[in-house]
Amino acid sequence: MVDQGHSRLTLNGTELEIRRQGSGETILLLHGAGGSASLIPAVEELSADYDVIMPDHPGYGLSRDSKQTTTISDLAYHYLDFIEDQALTGVHLIGHSMGGWIAAEIAVRSQAALKSLTLICSAGIHVKGVPKGDLFLWSPEETARNLFVKQEAVDQMLRYEPSSEELEIMIRNRVSSAKYAWHPRFYNPDLSKWLHRITVPTLVLWGDQDKIFPQEYAAAFGKFMPHADVEVFSDCGHVPHIDRPDGFYPRLRSFLEGAAL
Amino acid sequence: MKFYYFGLMPYGALDLDYDQKYSSASLVLPNSYFNPKEGEKLYARYLDELELADELGYDGVCVNEHHQTAYGLMPSPGIIAGALARTTKQAKIAVLGRALPLVNNPLTIAEEYAMIDNISGGRLIAGFVRGIGVEYHVTGVNPAFSLERFHEAHDLIIQAWTKTGPFPFEGEHFHIEYVNTWPRPHQQPHPPVWIPSQGSMETIRWASEPSRKYVYLNTYSPFEAVATFFQTYRDVAAEEWGYEANGEKLGWAVPIYVAETDEIAQREATPHIEAFYNKFLRMTNQMLLPPGYTTLSSMKKIAEAKREMLSGGREMERLIETRMFICGSPNTVREILEECHEKTGLEQLVCTLQFGTLTHDLTVKNLEMFAKEVAPHLRY
Repeated sequence: MVDQGHSRLTLNGTELEIRRQGSGETILLLHGAGGSASLIPAVEELSADYDVIMPDHPGYGLSRDSKQTTTISDLAYHYLDFIEDQALTGVHLIGHSMGGWIAAEIAVRSQAALKSLTLICSAGIHVKGVPKGDLFLWSPEETARNLFVKQEAVDQMLRYEPSSEELEIMIRNRVSSAKYAWHPRFYNPDLSKWLHRITVPTLVLWGDQDKIFPQEYAAAFGKFMPHADVEVFSDCGHVPHIDRPDGFYPRLRSFLEGAAL
Repeated sequence: MKFYYFGLMPYGALDLDYDQKYSSASLVLPNSYFNPKEGEKLYARYLDELELADELGYDGVCVNEHHQTAYGLMPSPGIIAGALARTTKQAKIAVLGRALPLVNNPLTIAEEYAMIDNISGGRLIAGFVRGIGVEYHVTGVNPAFSLERFHEAHDLIIQAWTKTGPFPFEGEHFHIEYVNTWPRPHQQPHPPVWIPSQGSMETIRWASEPSRKYVYLNTYSPFEAVATFFQTYRDVAAEEWGYEANGEKLGWAVPIYVAETDEIAQREATPHIEAFYNKFLRMTNQMLLPPGYTTLSSMKKIAEAKREMLSGGREMERLIETRMFICGSPNTVREILEECHEKTGLEQLVCTLQFGTLTHDLTVKNLEMFAKEVAPHLRY
């Protein structure tokens, strides 16, 4: 297994933090509004068989902010530039939450470098009459309770004392999420009109207890992308790889292997 | 000093036990708590009080803008200001202020202000604010662009008032092809601008810039902080801009209650001022500070301190000690204000003489005693 670790990359004048490890086919993993930290276990797990690349979006983590990217549409073009810059091909594009939104926006623009698409508890669309959770209004305690079903994950999040640097990153992440997704809240009214353009193998994974984007959103993605496989895990909140790793990883792996054929 | 009468127009009939079920009197408090019959009485009463202030010789009467909250019933302050433009005779009419970033077309504010200025014969004071944090939840406007939108909307309004139209305004957030506002303001080149704020370095630097020299009005902060902000204004003016800022540029909004004796004043005011700070202004950090509304460093400081701002627990004694409330006999209030004036040179005092649940009778008494027994001693 090759572990290339962290690296810095300057793209369109913006210095970015990239985590890359493992070898095999390429996975480009796009993190959600909370930043990349919560996906590190997924990178560890998947890097056993894949070359996993997880960048911090501009304005998140250790990536610099950019005047060039103020919308999710901008981030989609940012990643199309990234894919080109890194000469990536046959990419398994995976996005969690807001990262799923970015992934879907990338795929409706160009699938030339993509082998598959996986959306996990994804933002990006709006289902009328199904209230979403409000990450920006929840207290830290409400956020922890609403994110996870697994009590130990809730406790761990509530007990966690971030270092000064981590706290700063958490605040930057939150401000960046507001910048990209405050209004309309975590969706693009136009995206659902064009999701039918996506033709690469697509997997939609969800938790039945997702308090941010309730499971009706999984069904709606399935409706807009009839070719997609949709799987909703039971006893699972907004972070399936934490709440239901037993269901999540096997399902994702079998999809990626199938898509690779 | 000049004295302006201000009341937030709270929903005084609020069931104060609301906080057993809801975390704030803003945003999340169901509007079923509002009884229109009480609303009718309250608006009539509050307008009477503002008109009385004009008769009593206050230099100005003030209104402001807040949304979806029990603590201020003026989502559209221009309506109250418009009524006052006709019923008051001498007082300035200060709108403190309209929240510029919250609108999609700031020209509506340029127009509204120009109307009030014409109707009142040039008595408008034009307050510009960003809106408080919770109002970004209320309106959906993105707090991460709050400051940019504020600056741009301000530039647009000032240009609309001072440049001959039609002309295009080409901003990042506001792009208007035809700017040609009718009516033009009565006061030329434009009405005096006040910047109400809880205090920040960026705001003070911006307000004190030589092309602006706006009045900086600090709202509801401990006096020690107010004094520091005033000094910052003077320092920035002197060191960065090279001019001497006078006290006319410094304003303070503070709740005040005057009665016959200290003891009577405290007894009469206590439940109402505690309701004001602890019930009406009650908010969670998430409401008060949406992401991007303040700088990263101040957000970090607040997160580190893990403190809930404006979230209750402010007792009378502490409020008086920090001068977030000035209360007492005419002599006591005079002495405190004299001391504050001596320390800072502030010239604009926005007296919040109605607060929380304070009744009409006590408000009138407060207005009269302050006008007759405090203000005359401090007009120098």
